[in-house]
Amino acid sequence: MRHSVALTLKKCRGCTTCIKSCPTEAIRVRNGKATILPNRCIDCGTCIQVCPHQAVRSLRSDVREALERFPYTIAVPDPALYAQFHNLNDVNIVLNGLLAIGFDDVYESAASAELLADAMDAWDQDHTTLKPEISPACPAVVRLICIRFPDLLGHLAPVITPVELAAILARRRAEEAGVPPEDIGVFSIVPCSSQVTSVSAPNGLHKKVLDGALAIRDVYLELLEPMRQLGSGDLLPLAGGRTGAGWAFSGGEALSRRDKRYIAVDGIVNVIKMLEEIEDGRMPDADFIELRACTKGCLGGCLNVENPYTAKMRLKDLMGNLPPSAPPSAKARQEVTDILESTEKPEFLPTFQLDPDRRKAMEKLMAIQQLEDRLPGLRCGSCGAPSCRAFAEDVVMGRASVDDCIFRVRARMQHMAGNTDADDYLPAPFRRRKETPAASDEEATS
Amino acid sequence: MTGDDKIHLSYQVEGGDLTRAGEASSGVKQTLRKLGIDPGTIRRVSVCMYEGEINMVIHANGGLAMVDVGLDDITITLTDFGPGIPDIDKAMQAGWSTAADSVRDLGFGAGMGLPNMKKYSDEMNIKSIVGVGTTVTMVVKIPS
Ligand SMILES: Nc1ncnc2c1ncn2[C@@H]1O[C@H](COP(=O)(O)OP(=O)(O)O)[C@@H](O)[C@H]1O
Ligand code: SF4
Ligand code: SF4
Ligand SMILES: [Mg+2]
Repeated sequence: MRHSVALTLKKCRGCTTCIKSCPTEAIRVRNGKATILPNRCIDCGTCIQVCPHQAVRSLRSDVREALERFPYTIAVPDPALYAQFHNLNDVNIVLNGLLAIGFDDVYESAASAELLADAMDAWDQDHTTLKPEISPACPAVVRLICIRFPDLLGHLAPVITPVELAAILARRRAEEAGVPPEDIGVFSIVPCSSQVTSVSAPNGLHKKVLDGALAIRDVYLELLEPMRQLGSGDLLPLAGGRTGAGWAFSGGEALSRRDKRYIAVDGIVNVIKMLEEIEDGRMPDADFIELRACTKGCLGGCLNVENPYTAKMRLKDLMGNLPPSAPPSAKARQEVTDILESTEKPEFLPTFQLDPDRRKAMEKLMAIQQLEDRLPGLRCGSCGAPSCRAFAEDVVMGRASVDDCIFRVRARMQHMAGNTDADDYLPAPFRRRKETPAASDEEATS
Repeated sequence: MTGDDKIHLSYQVEGGDLTRAGEASSGVKQTLRKLGIDPGTIRRVSVCMYEGEINMVIHANGGLAMVDVGLDDITITLTDFGPGIPDIDKAMQAGWSTAADSVRDLGFGAGMGLPNMKKYSDEMNIKSIVGVGTTVTMVVKIPS
């Protein structure tokens, strides 16, 4: 798997803050620095948000460089972009601002989101996706399903994001208008690392449809001054996608689908809980489940400028100022349906498997269980793993040495020194003196 | 490792605590995934586990869930010291439930738990003595 989440080793102090927040236990601290296990990372960006030293980042995007790479450059902005600006009352100012900084065309992801909602409503009538249908719009969630909930892959709607659909359609329009294909560059403007990763590793498309992704916060800086200078008189009316803009906040996608009883879940921890429930057969009585890795949806993505709460208020105001969207034509629906037909189901990536041979995997698991029983169970993080169980697994899998557990080392040193009172310094599993919990309670009270 | 070595997992299931029901099932799933067991089998085990867990929570004031993973099959044993089941045939009927209204209001007690456990396991056996407790054993075969 390719990734966009990376570490700046110079800034990392090995503080272990990130290792416990990673939903797939993908991070370890080794030799004082964090490292990411590449086949476990789903690029959700949680570590970027929690790192107190700004050492985890999404790959830098260079707006100027992107604009120079192709003679004809198309911007595909995620609607979260609109919600970043103070005192903005018209989405057109942002879109015209993109033209002002050098993009040749703009195709709103909000517009393709509406096409997608319409085509999916029709799709449901002649295809059988397992119910409840799960939204594929958040790439981090799709990757999570691939590694941890493979049996739910059949619940996914055709795997394409609004940004990807917009890129395909925008390129077609440009080619139809006579721009030579090799001259066209399509860049998404995105709120998160997971969508940056999707440029080079799309979840459901067999080929790349984007030439790059730019972080909202990088584009924001470029846009501020040109937007200030744009008068309302010379604006091209580019904005459509009123309901599509709502896909940036939790529940917005679900609302744009017709006649759906839906559940909208935001935040990666809540998403995992919901997927566990579906896997256990605790099928919520819903037609459609919208899942977003970030709190409040894409407005909570790690590459935004504004906090998701303020951003949501602003986006709702902006949506209120847009005219209602017209329903797509039959031709447009057919075009999108054909694209949906061409998507591929993502595959199960068995990254948690200890060994391809089940007998060997069982042996390793037994060794892990035995070692775990001899660890203190404190989840202190000093060994660099998120839990004693993960550490035991690292040791058995050859990714760590048992001496990375400071309590084991301390216990051994005390025993070597013949210090019989060492018990006082050791967590329970290492004490020589075995005491019953009741006995120690009495000691504490006397 | 010899042929009859198994991985043992056990979980204490608290009675009455519906918010934590599913934890044992979740733990088992993670373990089976590490062993590379196919997703379909994992799903069957998780449905059996979860329904059994929920029954111990709402009908038996908690119990013990034990799972033995062998090379060819997974055995789930759920033991409780609850009220027992007076008429097992009736309990096995789809839709039969003695769950209290307060439990039903929370969306449980549809009477589909035992039938689903039967459906998703390859073998199922219930031993129950009224006033003493219940042990449900299920075997899920791992396709080779
Ligand atoms: N562990 C148990 N102890 C006592 N009674 C049980 C137990 N498991 C199931 N039962 C009885 O069997 C009935 C049917 O169980 P089940 O099919 O799971 O439906 P539900 O749990 O929705 O009531 C329950 O209502 C209860 O009377
Ligand atoms: S991006 Fe998400 S999955 Fe990847 S290492 Fe960071 S927290 Fe873990
Ligand atoms: S919720 Fe939105 S912003 Fe967050 S990871 Fe998913 S697609 Fe990206
Ligand atoms: Mg039940």
